[in-house]
Amino acid sequence: MTILQVKGVTKRFGNFKALSGVDFNINKGEVFGFIGPNGAGKSTTIKILLGILKPTSGSATIFGLDAWKNSVEIHKKIAYVPGDANLWPNLTGGEVIDLFLKLRGSFDPVKRDQLIKRFQLDPTKKCRTYSKGNRQKVALVSAFASDAELFILDEPTSGLDPLMEKVFQDCVAEAKQEGKSVLLSSHILSEVERLCDRVGIIRQGTIIETGSLTELRHLTRTNLIAETKKPMPALANMPGVHNLQSVDNGVSFQVDTETMDAVMKLISSAGVIRLESTPPTLEDLFMRHYETKGSDAV
Amino acid sequence: MNKQSFSGTGQLIRFYLKADRIRITAWILSLMALTSVTAWSLDGLYSSDAERQAMATTMENPAMTAMVGPAYGIENYHTGAMTAHQMLLFTAILVAVMAILHVSRHTRGDEEDGKMEMLGALPVGRLASLTASMSVMVMSQVILALGIAVSLAVLSIPSLPVSSSILYGAALGATGIFFGTLTAVFAQLADSARGTTGLSFLVLGAAYMIRAAGDVNNDTLSWFSPLGWPLKTQVFVDDKWMPLIPLLAGAVVLTLVAFSVMASRDIGTGLIPSRPGRNHARKSLLSPFGLTMHLQKTSIITWGVALLAIGLSYGSVIGDLETFFSSSELLSGAVDQSSGFSLTEQFISMLMSIMSMIAAVPALLFLFKLKGEEKKGRTETVYARAVSRYTLFGSYFLVALIFGTVMMLLAIFGLWSAAAATMEDPISFGSLAKAGLVYVPAIWVMIGFGALLYGFKPGLTGLAWVYLGYAFFAVYLGGLLQFPEWVNRLSPFGFIPEVPMEEINVLTLVLLVLTAGLLAALGFTTYRNRDLAG
Repeated sequence: MTILQVKGVTKRFGNFKALSGVDFNINKGEVFGFIGPNGAGKSTTIKILLGILKPTSGSATIFGLDAWKNSVEIHKKIAYVPGDANLWPNLTGGEVIDLFLKLRGSFDPVKRDQLIKRFQLDPTKKCRTYSKGNRQKVALVSAFASDAELFILDEPTSGLDPLMEKVFQDCVAEAKQEGKSVLLSSHILSEVERLCDRVGIIRQGTIIETGSLTELRHLTRTNLIAETKKPMPALANMPGVHNLQSVDNGVSFQVDTETMDAVMKLISSAGVIRLESTPPTLEDLFMRHYETKGSDAV
Repeated sequence: MNKQSFSGTGQLIRFYLKADRIRITAWILSLMALTSVTAWSLDGLYSSDAERQAMATTMENPAMTAMVGPAYGIENYHTGAMTAHQMLLFTAILVAVMAILHVSRHTRGDEEDGKMEMLGALPVGRLASLTASMSVMVMSQVILALGIAVSLAVLSIPSLPVSSSILYGAALGATGIFFGTLTAVFAQLADSARGTTGLSFLVLGAAYMIRAAGDVNNDTLSWFSPLGWPLKTQVFVDDKWMPLIPLLAGAVVLTLVAFSVMASRDIGTGLIPSRPGRNHARKSLLSPFGLTMHLQKTSIITWGVALLAIGLSYGSVIGDLETFFSSSELLSGAVDQSSGFSLTEQFISMLMSIMSMIAAVPALLFLFKLKGEEKKGRTETVYARAVSRYTLFGSYFLVALIFGTVMMLLAIFGLWSAAAATMEDPISFGSLAKAGLVYVPAIWVMIGFGALLYGFKPGLTGLAWVYLGYAFFAVYLGGLLQFPEWVNRLSPFGFIPEVPMEEINVLTLVLLVLTAGLLAALGFTTYRNRDLAG
């Protein structure tokens, strides 16, 4: 069941086209990773989903309701964490958490206190004195203590230390177990890789790739290191082999998924001593999109 | 405290001077200009002895004494006496504020930002930054004292001789140094810059109140207030230097205290730790309106006190208006002598219109607070919860409407209580309230206009201030310079009936309220349909 749908959303600021025809959707119970560099349009998309910005054209719906027209109705069932939580300097963290939870609707006070403990936040301090990471914790506690059905998280872990990042990841995993859906926009690709079922990559206001990680990996190359009894001069001229380099006693290269079979046959005929293969990381995938397509855009 | 504690002080002094050169220069030049222009215009405004004596009678009452200090030389109220009486205390407060902000920024402020830690890692002594910021503070106060003296002496007004002008400047400089050193002590005690300035302003406020009570009732109490001391110089009348001694002696003691605490404490800590705040929010905070109220609480109270004080000050002179007007040809032209109403009655409506425009200032500020919230990206976090645009904008609008009206009420109340205390035949509260409250619909029109501007585009809110400025100009100068009627009719304040001279025209007031409502409705609609900055 689709609970969030973005269809052909375009947003112009004057002459600047921030988004041009963004399409993606999130199903119930799914963690969707939204990745792209600064200025690609992640936050603009999220602000449209929150009804802060009005799309120039196209439609954004959450729970089947229009994100702009029915924002209040939608917000009763969503929790949002911004990348840079702007809080009121003269309220304490605890006061802000209560305020946010109350303005959204119902919440569990026990869960609130548990989360404050898990994130090791001192809620009696004024927000003025909080570091970036602590402000982020205030936003995270007020999101996860709610009984929201959809979490919209815009680079939620900026400023958090690795321990707290782990707590955050546990929270997302728990939410997923409870059948909740998450839109996670992030720079930290390892985080996305660990948490997300599906990923959408945005570049210059357009979604250039969506799919599960397996699907996306299928489109890309595997890293191989091979040490063989006989040298393999034929490898250099094989289609689908890239970045061939000799490393201690062997060769390292990348191979396209489609030509994997032929390459493996060649290696085994040369007598395998050692063979290491690593699947492409999200980072490889991401960099590849940006390196190749980035250059022709300039 | 050994010599090493101070190493690097010279470099830091140069650095602070460089960093603050514009700020310090701006403060000094504006205070000089303020002093010079006031003395010059007081001299021009009251050109004859008779006029000055009339002014003296107006100023000599308990309310005025409480506000600006005791009047010295009232029997010969020359320009010098007038300047010292009306300006010295207020300028002294401004100078104290300047010193407090300066010292707080470079002591606790730098410590809070972590700059002190960076400096501490360099070959810079433990006491160097405190010494440097105090030195810069004293230097700027000395320059200020000289500058003020020059700005008065160059006017070459006979009652403002050079020697007295120097004393006037010195009194201000000494007050600044006293409050600067006081702030240095608080910077050791509090553990935040906000706490430091807060405590310092608290003492400044208390000093003002103690002096007010002392000046009105008995003289000795004023000797316990650092703001009482500069006034005791009786500058331009008796020129006593002696009262500056306690100010400077106090400054020396405070400096020693600040240094001895600084020498022994850890960087980043204060002697008074900040208390932990609330873990849970009070119920009253947990709604958009509650949040709005909470964020504006301090500003509402401050403006309330200010409006009350403005009402009091107008009220305290109203009893002497008849004498005053008859002595000034310029002002008597502004009122109609043949209408059958007394000068006081004619003047009341004009006073009310001015006070209502002053009350419109906080009303607009309360509304435009939302603009600041949007700019700082805090409305986005509210709208991400189940809060509609109408609810939040409505909360700010409501605060502006309610407290704009309360401000007007406070001003009227102040006017009435001071008038009742000083007049032999006081005006009833009812008739004053009627004359004042008729202006409330005009304030609401201003709020409605503000709502429309902000709703349409936050960048346009400046137009509301321009419009209010125009309204003020039309009423204030319009009466004096006999402008044609339509000039006044371009502002909502120009439509208000001048009670008690005119009957209350209900239809006009209803139409104004409707206009306010219409403007606001347009503002709400455009706000609902525009993109938010954050």
